[in-house]
Amino acid sequence: MTTPSAQFTEPVADPATAATGDAAAGRPSAGSARDVARVLVRRPLALGGLLVICLMVVLALFGTQIAPNGENDVDVSQMLTGPSAKHWFGTDELGRDVLSRVIIAAHASLEVSVVSVGAALVAGVLLGLLAGYYGRFADSFIMRCMDVLFAFPVMLLAIAIVAVLGAGISSAMIAIAVVYTPIFARITRASVLSVREEVYVRAAVSIGVPDREIIGRHILPNVAGPIIVQTSLSLGFAILTEAALSFLGLGVQPPQPSWGAMLYDARGFVEQAWWMAVFPGLAIVLTVLSFNLVGDALRDVLDPRRRTQLEAAGRP
Amino acid sequence: MSEPVFAVRDLRVSVRTRRGLASIVNGVDLTVDRGRTLAVVGESGSGKSMTMLAATGLTPSGVRVSGSARLLGTDLRTMRARKLRSFRGRHAGFVFQDPLSSLNPLMTVGRQIGEAYQLLQGRSRADARRRAVELLGQVGIPDAEQRVDSYPHQFSGGMRQRVMIAMALACEPELIIADEATTALDVTIEAQVIDLVTELQAKLGTAVIWITHDLSVVAGMADDVAVMYGGRIVEQSPVDELFEHPAHPYTKALLGARPRIGDRSPLAAIPGSPPNPLRLPPGCAFYPRCPVRGDARCATELPPLAPVGHEHRARTFYADVADAVPGGSMS
Repeated sequence: MTTPSAQFTEPVADPATAATGDAAAGRPSAGSARDVARVLVRRPLALGGLLVICLMVVLALFGTQIAPNGENDVDVSQMLTGPSAKHWFGTDELGRDVLSRVIIAAHASLEVSVVSVGAALVAGVLLGLLAGYYGRFADSFIMRCMDVLFAFPVMLLAIAIVAVLGAGISSAMIAIAVVYTPIFARITRASVLSVREEVYVRAAVSIGVPDREIIGRHILPNVAGPIIVQTSLSLGFAILTEAALSFLGLGVQPPQPSWGAMLYDARGFVEQAWWMAVFPGLAIVLTVLSFNLVGDALRDVLDPRRRTQLEAAGRP
Repeated sequence: MSEPVFAVRDLRVSVRTRRGLASIVNGVDLTVDRGRTLAVVGESGSGKSMTMLAATGLTPSGVRVSGSARLLGTDLRTMRARKLRSFRGRHAGFVFQDPLSSLNPLMTVGRQIGEAYQLLQGRSRADARRRAVELLGQVGIPDAEQRVDSYPHQFSGGMRQRVMIAMALACEPELIIADEATTALDVTIEAQVIDLVTELQAKLGTAVIWITHDLSVVAGMADDVAVMYGGRIVEQSPVDELFEHPAHPYTKALLGARPRIGDRSPLAAIPGSPPNPLRLPPGCAFYPRCPVRGDARCATELPPLAPVGHEHRARTFYADVADAVPGGSMS
């Protein structure tokens, strides 16, 4: 999956390759790919989370080939049948295979999540860098705007945006992107504020490095850790937000399946056909949980404070 | 006489705090000529680092600076921000105190050394790398060709300080400002770094301003010394003259506070603490701690920085009160 976080992972992982190449150095640099691998091995939950995410990505990309039936193959003779060998997750009120719909819905859910979090990441990080690095007016202006966005409850703001733009998958993406931008802006700004005062930034200024290079080469790579963690967590929560919007009929439109919309459809049949609600619900829970588990593991690797504890615990 | 490389005139720095205006630097004049080394000495908080940061425009925001600072005849204080940055980058190099935090942990040392060279002089990345290798060799790092692609954490403290020096030298600056550059290093490494700077200075004719609180470093490498106290220069002199005939009671006390090998008497400390920049005494800033305190004038009137010998000036009314402090003189 080409998540937007990939571009940030690279500079962080970069020193790792050099560090592993130089055995004399002994200490692999913080947040290296090796660290990530080590932490994952020692934390089966995080590894499981990663596997689930990989599975979901595969489903999102090749869902239509994998699913045993089409997402809209109506079979009125098989309405509301429970889980069976033929229909593992049962069928819905139109006789559509729930398993196939859950699989195919992964595409819409992940697409909305990745696109909207990607947009929020780019916009938020950019705004946060500007606010944190230049300070003063830029800082006050940008952060007050972010505060205004932050002041609204997430769902309320998302619903308002969708109401203006009209229901649909792209409106949902825009709404989620807007809602998540302030989170990235805040995290980035806070990290920039501390990194900006580092001596190496002053040293770079003193030797005449222009602002653009200082931000791009000295500040951004050094604030990437918390941003990567936030990206992972946000990808999970965005799926939840998308599901909520679709449940309200504001996101993905029928007949295209999405987990939230499937829950909405199941709402009227909870007593007769529990499987209609349980399986899409499980898909949401599993995916969100997995993103959180991976995010937690990433935090342990990338957070400098926890890193020391990790090193103390992990090395003889 | 030709124009000095760096000349600071009447530099003042103040910071507005919640409890009032803190005067950190109160009218400092400094000059350093080509190939010379000026040591700026003083306790923590005496304003020595702030003087240099303010003079070169590197102060954090919210700090008020006045006065002039001419680098190669151009006043840095009136220069536009963008122009200042490239001018300063080209003609001045800085070595900061802490070699652990003064290098970007995520960039190879080679990239960092060559960065300014590449950006300011419009060289290619390959050129910058070659230059970095050359500089690393110059500052005495073995296997420069391999080490250039290492990351800072793969270097020891002393080597990182060498990297900092290489970074400062990248554009062959006319002036190097070293702010407590060897304070975080152990004594043997300190000696190596000092030797390195003196050697490079002799070769390139660079002017050096060495900010330190360590008088033994000063004795070994400086040509001239400026002693700072309470944001002012209290004594300024060629190095030998200062050590032989210190004029200001503070300088005498500082020299008296040095540990000496073989001397088993307890270390002489200066009683009291440095002045609070929020409430500087109206007279001599050293008055509250001064062992001399000649007369009431000291408390109310600021002594001028007056000549007391050849190229030797001191801000005291009592330059001739010799040995008022035990061990105050070297001789």
